Amino acid sequence: MSARAARPPETTAGRLGRWGITAIAVCGFVYLFLPIVVIVVFSFNDPAGRFNIIWRQFTLDNWRDPLASGPLTDAMALSLEIAAISALVATVLGTLIAIALVRYRFRGGKVVNLLLVLPLTTPEIVLGASLATLFIDRGVQRGFWTIVIAHVMFCTSFVALTVKARIRGFDWTLEDAAMDLGAPPWRTFSRVTLPLITPGILAAALLSFALSIDDFIITFFNAGSEETFPLRIFGASRVELSPQINVLATLVLIVSVALMLLGIVFRRRVERA
Amino acid sequence: MAGPDEEELTKRRARVAPYALLSPGMLWLTLFFLVPLLTLARMSLSTKTSRFDFDPDFTWDFGVYADAISTYSSQLLRSFVYAGTATLLCILIGYPVAYVIAVRGGRFRNLLLGLVVVPFFTSFLIRTIAWSSLLQDEGPIVPLLESVGLMGLLDAIGVAPGGRLLQTHAAVIGGLTYNFLPFMILPIYVSLEKIDLRLLDAAKDLYANGWQAFRKVVLPLSLPGIFAGTLLTFIPAAGDFVNARFLGGPNNSMIGNVVQDRFLVQLDYPSAAALSFVLMVIITIGTLVYARALGTDDLV
Repeated sequence: MSARAARPPETTAGRLGRWGITAIAVCGFVYLFLPIVVIVVFSFNDPAGRFNIIWRQFTLDNWRDPLASGPLTDAMALSLEIAAISALVATVLGTLIAIALVRYRFRGGKVVNLLLVLPLTTPEIVLGASLATLFIDRGVQRGFWTIVIAHVMFCTSFVALTVKARIRGFDWTLEDAAMDLGAPPWRTFSRVTLPLITPGILAAALLSFALSIDDFIITFFNAGSEETFPLRIFGASRVELSPQINVLATLVLIVSVALMLLGIVFRRRVERA
Repeated sequence: MAGPDEEELTKRRARVAPYALLSPGMLWLTLFFLVPLLTLARMSLSTKTSRFDFDPDFTWDFGVYADAISTYSSQLLRSFVYAGTATLLCILIGYPVAYVIAVRGGRFRNLLLGLVVVPFFTSFLIRTIAWSSLLQDEGPIVPLLESVGLMGLLDAIGVAPGGRLLQTHAAVIGGLTYNFLPFMILPIYVSLEKIDLRLLDAAKDLYANGWQAFRKVVLPLSLPGIFAGTLLTFIPAAGDFVNARFLGGPNNSMIGNVVQDRFLVQLDYPSAAALSFVLMVIITIGTLVYARALGTDDLV
């Protein structure tokens, strides 16, 4: 206590520094949200021409039928489908890799780690172009499944690294304990291992889903004639930008914020219990 | 009790198990990441006789790389300058944000962290298009800056040449900074969160002022976060073409724009491959040098 009392009082410079950092952080948040405000506000715009980029007047028309069928909703449905399949496959492949890395000691661990990190330190345009080159070289028609292949590729790396980081500190002797008590391997896995690692796996699956649904560059090279949501927007952006884009984007935003808040509330409750 | 045979069996299983777990994922990464890179390398060394020559001939002519570099030197240079500036800005903005969340966030940490991620739930393209509507001449920012008299200053320092914001270097760099900011904030936050805040008390008890405590305690401990954030920001920014496409003009195109145009529009696969290859090699060398300089061998 005495040492604390002996501390020099905070100087004016120190106080300024603290305020300065907070001020920059607040500006940072404003910067982050500026275009989001634009997206939401422009979903209520009644544009003059085909490009919804200049404010004209307020209308609720765009929200009357947000999921009105058309190329945009078709593209969104395709994106959701691809994201679901890719996230599922990548979560399985990535989790298996993570378990192997954390649970076992074996030769070649460094090579595996390198192979996981490399796709993340390679620019997307190189990933997209190289994969497309392979498909062209082998005469594979690019389309739905080549998009899935590409998404699973980069999501697997993300899943493996995320799950690995989350399960590193676990007490794996619990597994041995279960086995010693006579539980067969499968039962040990489903009753002991799985419940321990599930939160990490779920987080990784959600991350994969989000990465897949928003991927543009890699998909652009490997889509053939298929049109995912980002591709549709890119293609249409030369001729029109309909307010429905803003409406769909706002809807996605609302759903994800709701999911996030649910997650926080859920975690609070778990921590309290 | 397990007999010797059974014990032997368990041991063997433990030896085989990791490889069994690894193989599906590793096979996928080998087939769809490593093999394509080799195909790309081979394609980059091939020549096409015409646009519709779909079976280019392989040659050992390494001159293609020199050609690619000299033909597109301005786009290459621009990509690295843009990405470097954007990364620096990401550190300058992202560090304070991460610091305030980690050190002063208290029980609102998760919520604030969520706020960082929320904007990125909307599509990358839609965000970039939103920026273009913000920055255009008829948008809200240009008249605002003009009315407070800042436009002249921005024009003078070259941020807004001719009183315009869209289709400038600044717009593209601003877009890159925006789109990759969370990739800087999150790793820095993770490294700051691990710091025992009592270390700061200890530093102050030892008569360090706020700046000294930060400089000698917090900053060194958060270097791994800055390192990871820099890679996660610089690499995608250097290869990006979306920001330059929507926020830049004809004089702001980056190497990604060239690769995309060569590959998908001109169908000139060899030169697109050569450029991609050059980009990847430069980035890989840069990453290794950077890792060595910061003394971080472990990327993850």
